[in-house]
Amino acid sequence: MDFSLNEMQAMLVDSIEKFVANDYDFETRQTYAGSEQGFSPEVWKTFAELGWTAIPFSEEDGGIGGTPLDLMVVMQQFGRGLVVEPYLANIILAGGVLRRAASDEQKESWLQPIIAGERQAALAFVEPQSRYDIADVALTATADGDHWVLNGKKGVVLNGGNADLLVVSARTAGDQTDAGGITLFAVAADADGITRKSYPTVDGHQAAEIEFKDVKVDGDALLGEIGQGLTVLDAVMGDAVLAVCAEAVGIMQVMTEKTIEYTKDRVQFGVPISSFQALQHRMVDMFTDCELSYSLLLWATMLASEGDEKADRAISSIKYQIGEIGRKVGQEAVQLHGGMGVSWELDIAHYFKRLTAIDQMFGNADWHLDKLAC
Amino acid sequence: MDVTFSDKDIEFREEVRAFFRDKLPQDIAAKQIRGEPLEKDDFIRFQKLLFEHGWGGYNWPVEFGGTGWSAVQKYIFETEMAAANAPGIIAFGLKMVGPVIYTFGNDEQKQRFLPDILEGNVWWCQGYSEPGSGSDLASLRTRAELVGDHYIVNGTKSWTTLGQYADWIFILARTNTDVARRQEGISFLLADMSTPGITVTPVITIEGEHEVNEVHFEDVKVPAENLVGEEGKGWTYGKVLLQHERTNLAGVGRSKHRLRNLQAQTGRAVRGARPLAEDHSFMRKVAAVAVELKALEYTELRTLAAVAAGNAPGPESSILKFRGTEVEQAIDTLFLEAAGYYALPYVPEQFTLEFPEEDRVGEGPEARSSLQYFNNRKASIYGGSNEIQKNIVAKHVLGL
Repeated sequence: MDFSLNEMQAMLVDSIEKFVANDYDFETRQTYAGSEQGFSPEVWKTFAELGWTAIPFSEEDGGIGGTPLDLMVVMQQFGRGLVVEPYLANIILAGGVLRRAASDEQKESWLQPIIAGERQAALAFVEPQSRYDIADVALTATADGDHWVLNGKKGVVLNGGNADLLVVSARTAGDQTDAGGITLFAVAADADGITRKSYPTVDGHQAAEIEFKDVKVDGDALLGEIGQGLTVLDAVMGDAVLAVCAEAVGIMQVMTEKTIEYTKDRVQFGVPISSFQALQHRMVDMFTDCELSYSLLLWATMLASEGDEKADRAISSIKYQIGEIGRKVGQEAVQLHGGMGVSWELDIAHYFKRLTAIDQMFGNADWHLDKLAC
Repeated sequence: MDVTFSDKDIEFREEVRAFFRDKLPQDIAAKQIRGEPLEKDDFIRFQKLLFEHGWGGYNWPVEFGGTGWSAVQKYIFETEMAAANAPGIIAFGLKMVGPVIYTFGNDEQKQRFLPDILEGNVWWCQGYSEPGSGSDLASLRTRAELVGDHYIVNGTKSWTTLGQYADWIFILARTNTDVARRQEGISFLLADMSTPGITVTPVITIEGEHEVNEVHFEDVKVPAENLVGEEGKGWTYGKVLLQHERTNLAGVGRSKHRLRNLQAQTGRAVRGARPLAEDHSFMRKVAAVAVELKALEYTELRTLAAVAAGNAPGPESSILKFRGTEVEQAIDTLFLEAAGYYALPYVPEQFTLEFPEEDRVGEGPEARSSLQYFNNRKASIYGGSNEIQKNIVAKHVLGL
């Protein structure tokens, strides 16, 4: 039994901490988030140069063969820094599908440029009606000789507007919500028939509504086996949950630390408000919730690393915890900051928004608790 | 990072498991399963059984007759003990006064008191709280005045758990009123319960049972040699004891066992109707508690791993008491809800062995669920109420 970070993990923590401290203060982050792309291409390039974009990929694929725990510490630090660069969309989501399902040729043309930070990618798996059911796929792909023709809509595609590559889930057989008959495709975002409406999201990231109208792709756009896409998507969702939960733990820790500091500085009635017991106990609860959430995150990540049969339940457990507890910690941090907590100017508001967004993705607390209750 | 126990620890777990399987008296396990209260003799038999096996001082260092087990081994032992339906350890001797005596007591006291604790010969009780001193323990008013070679003790101790069984009591008493801080001038004394002037009166708790007492001291002569450590330093010793007590209060092993039982219970048909497992809103609550317990378990394991690596337990250890008891009480509530109408019957006499099986109302776990629920509201109050725990974390961990 050992919960300490190994050498590589400690190094990752150290280098991301330094990066955030030196090159990524809150004002800088806001500038990047407010830019047209919603992130800094230079920073993204730096991530690639430092090898951070290569972590989950095998050495054969041009990666460094990192573990889910390595990713966990990275995401936790990104959470602390409120990093807005599209790591989730590129590396965890689109990259997650590609490393599992793509052929060697497809990896060479699509995955390697992503790892190198030269191309942007997105995973288009949500549809306007699908909510959290990833098997609810109405977008169709119909075989047409050597080609496939895609028709339908994808919604809230993270990084969808910036993407050069769209990884798309499409229905090739069965009814709209059947588990079978879902097939994954790698589609160039500039293909004829694709219309993208890109927009910022509340947490400073970007997403897009994407319409596919008679989009014709070659046979080599097919990722993995026909009709077997859901298995791949399921695995990628597991990765995504662990990634955003690690990010959320980092965010919750920062919010708690900042709240403690703020209440020590803020003087009302002639004393620092941290001297009020009504506030002290609430901060103790925030601290406690962070510790317990980190423990649960470690457990879930380690079970997932080992491919344990309970990994699915562990993933739902941590996502439920983060949804429920993240909201609580976030709301408390805002409340204890008083008026400053609801000011755009202060970072606390933006941490809160990211935490809120995280619960809305990949199944919210309610959705995962339902799975656990069955 | 590695969440698994070492091979050695797993071997140890198997040994403990086998011990409980083979050696735990079946009548005690049966009582536990049926929800019958244990008697004094049950606890003593269990302690003697552990002692004979060399495990009497499972949480003590070797030099005082303990096992010298690591923090992880102790955790495994406690978890297996709960899973085997064994009685809990009688904390007063083994977890409370014992560690104070071997840490602060003199050689004579160690020789005189420690072996009887290990062997289960002497039952101790705790004299800390007073009618006027609960969370504000330093306000205690019990006086101990040195006259010749005796302390003359006067005062009242309250909430003395199982004091009706006790042979000895350890108390905090004021030996000096002329002090700068109230925490000074308090001494740690050991008293024989049969000393003239000590009387025990029962206090019946919410569920109707006799578990706690008031202990009155009227001109009680306590030999000066029963002072532990230095006069006036009792507060410091008592705090050490409380810290010891608190780290054992997460109760993860027992909560895991109870949650497993609850989950098993929900799978059974409820009096011919559909099983509770089909009640989705109830099962959501069970699932939520299970998540909370898992988070608590891994927080405790993080603490143990830190101790095993030779570090002081991190700040996460200080939260175990209040979250642990919250989870305990959440499980109590679920058992209560699971019982439905059968949480209502109040027939305490049916939990004795003599009571004819066919006359019992309700089944074991259901019939006792409300008594357990009411009784265990104490968990967030004793050992320093959860609000006091939060004060401690606020001050010492968060620096507020």
